[in-house]
Amino acid sequence: MANSKTVLIKIKRQDNPDSKPYWEEFELPYRPGMNVTSSLMDIAANPVTKQGEATTPVTYDSNCLEEVCGSCAMLINGKARMACSALIDKLERPVRLEPFSKFPVVRDLAVDRSVLFENLKKVKAWVPTDGTYDLGSGPRQTAAEQEENYPLSRCISCCCCMEACPQFNDNTGFVGAAAISQVRLFNNHPTGKSLKVDRLKALMGDGGIQECGYAQNCVEVCPKDIPLTKSIADVGGQVMWQAVKDLFRT
Amino acid sequence: MAHPKIIVVGGGLAGLSATIKIAEMGGHVDLFSIVPVKRSHSVCAQGGINAAKNLKGEGDSTWQHFDDTVYGGDFLANQPPVKLMCDMAPGIIDLLDRMGVPFNRTPEGVLDFRRFGGTLYNRTAFAGATTGQQLLYALDEQVRRYEAEGKVTKYEGWEFLSAVLDENRVCRGICAMDLRGMEVVTFPAEAVIIATGGNGAIFGKSTNSVVCTGSAQSALYQQGAYYANGEFIQVHPTCIPGEDKLRLMSESARGEGGRVWVPRTQGDKRDFKSIPESDRWYFLEEWYPKYGNLVPRDIATRAIHKVVFEHHLGIDGSPMVYLDLTHIDRATLDRKLEGILEIYEKFVGDDPRDVPMKIFPGMHYTMGGLWVDFDQKTNIQGLYACGEADYSIHGANRLGANSLMSCIYGGFIAGPGAVQYARNVIKSGHTPSHNIYESEKKRQQEINSRLMNNDGTENPFLLWRELGDTMTKNCTVIRYNKSLQETDAKLVELLERYRHVNLSDRTMWANTSFVFARQLYNMLQLARVIAQGAEWRNESRGAHYKPDFPERDDANFLKTTKAYFAADADEPRFEFDSVDTSLIVPRPRRYDAAT
Repeated sequence: MANSKTVLIKIKRQDNPDSKPYWEEFELPYRPGMNVTSSLMDIAANPVTKQGEATTPVTYDSNCLEEVCGSCAMLINGKARMACSALIDKLERPVRLEPFSKFPVVRDLAVDRSVLFENLKKVKAWVPTDGTYDLGSGPRQTAAEQEENYPLSRCISCCCCMEACPQFNDNTGFVGAAAISQVRLFNNHPTGKSLKVDRLKALMGDGGIQECGYAQNCVEVCPKDIPLTKSIADVGGQVMWQAVKDLFRT
Repeated sequence: MAHPKIIVVGGGLAGLSATIKIAEMGGHVDLFSIVPVKRSHSVCAQGGINAAKNLKGEGDSTWQHFDDTVYGGDFLANQPPVKLMCDMAPGIIDLLDRMGVPFNRTPEGVLDFRRFGGTLYNRTAFAGATTGQQLLYALDEQVRRYEAEGKVTKYEGWEFLSAVLDENRVCRGICAMDLRGMEVVTFPAEAVIIATGGNGAIFGKSTNSVVCTGSAQSALYQQGAYYANGEFIQVHPTCIPGEDKLRLMSESARGEGGRVWVPRTQGDKRDFKSIPESDRWYFLEEWYPKYGNLVPRDIATRAIHKVVFEHHLGIDGSPMVYLDLTHIDRATLDRKLEGILEIYEKFVGDDPRDVPMKIFPGMHYTMGGLWVDFDQKTNIQGLYACGEADYSIHGANRLGANSLMSCIYGGFIAGPGAVQYARNVIKSGHTPSHNIYESEKKRQQEINSRLMNNDGTENPFLLWRELGDTMTKNCTVIRYNKSLQETDAKLVELLERYRHVNLSDRTMWANTSFVFARQLYNMLQLARVIAQGAEWRNESRGAHYKPDFPERDDANFLKTTKAYFAADADEPRFEFDSVDTSLIVPRPRRYDAAT
């Protein structure tokens, strides 16, 4: 397979949010080192299907191409992952590209993932600073604390964890692993924890952390190897304690 | 008094820092970005951010940071804003620390610092090897907070097309296009801040992100803004060549002890492990014993070029040299460099903890950009610029880990400046006529409809490849006047062929090739500024190197190049400003044994 002179790519396309999806096939000249994004660039330079019919360049999100901006997430051979780090040599062929199935399609492989950014607002995923004027250095933290928090802070908001989650759907309204893990990050921070109660309350009730079914798909697909299940367990404990406290306060 | 309304274009570090300052001062921000701001190119910065906090007992000072920066930039930067940036830097680090950036820590729990190129001090604060990502996220979170409070309105998925200028050439807002519905809309504002980053796409493949086309800067240059020092392009010495882009391998790899070498003998086919120390040539350490592998980027890049193209010692005869970390223990590497090692592992397939990386220089950063004064104002009233999109601070060569600082500094100057200006605009009571918005919108719609209905045979993506190949070949590491002239002729040819662009996609919904074709035109116009500026500058200074003029020539060229667009002739014209060297007297820049 790896030696064949061409690469066959099948792409599920959709012209706009309301139209029906359809499949197109492209046969590209093989080059060592090609990845899914370079293949999509090749198609843009010569938008002709395998059958020789002229078509349009494929619309997809991309930016950094080094798996740190979180743009180019899609389903590649059925798996939620980043297109830039999907090397053709390591993929089963033909390569199948589809848009995420749980987010509204904008066009072709581009979907609307703004729900995550809305969720980050709901859980107040920030450190409430007083202002940008000079207040001296931040709180001291041990190297061990930094080493726990840094991996959590590497979440690229790609939404792979949400796409792969069986509980993330219209019925549950589940907030998803990414936002929960950010709650853990900010609740860990010496200043950030002042909003802890607000964050935990945002995760209670329908669509909150209770919707998690422990399928563990999230941690499997996360391109940054973020310990998402640990975050869910940790924050789940915090939410429970908060619920108990609330019970005794009323 | 009404809240000043300010438009910020670009949601990287520069744009977000300006936004935060404006919101804090009671202004309202309309924040425009092609991508969700959290996906901006600042996310790619790896190694760290410079500030002379002097937490290592080395006697570092902000003056030393200032001197290193000016010297590293080969004395082309106007010095007062550089000094102010270096003075503000320690406070900015404190602020980022308070915002929750997970900077690496010392055993005592304070910020850790590492060494970067062009300095002898440990001055670079870092969060693993994804510092840009961590900084961008911290600012993004603060902006999200202001967004939740209604002080910031985000327009993500919008492309800047042009400024709206009134009859006195004062900026009164912008014209932008929705990247889904392709609708052209004008937005009024009392002031506009441009923070649209770099222009790597002009060189085809670079370390830059897809959105870094320089299109906004070029559009403004074509509307009358000066573009300064465009010929100064930083080629980063250590990149991983790829099919779709050149991926950066951070300078922090050398900051943590990484060594650059090649086998001493041409055609040495042995595996790296079987090549003994005596047969390895650590050419940077030999040529620059004081700075070693941490010479500034322009110096390292030219050294690698020399070893590969003059000594013919590239690995396996290819244009590549080793960047070796295998002598450093795995735990240290994982703690300090994991992010970048992961990139190499994922995209090349080798583990750099076991095998030396193969790297080569690639286009990385533009020192040039929109001309601004010391208050980040462009020459168009009401229009500010900051970050990589402006030309200040870095002179002829940028030092590693100074870009993140210059972005935040620029935003922190431009934001409050724009608020002050906007308050005066409101006080003056002068409101622009409705017509200026209508006519700018009409102008942009006409460009769109011409492009959309064009009949021709040229494919914009193929034109772009020709542009990138020409610029990379003739306008990067080594420059000759003859090839620069050929480059400009080629650009004129490409501009002519651009008139016959035929879009394979003519739909008006999320049409990315249409958007790209618009950007391409601006790239071509800006490329001429780069090529012609390089041709004019008959000297070698920082990143700009001409073998026919190998010395720096302060008598004739200690000048800022200011390009402006001559609309009738459809080409750049140049003016030259003297450089403010009032604080440090220019001296020869030598990183070898002599100094």
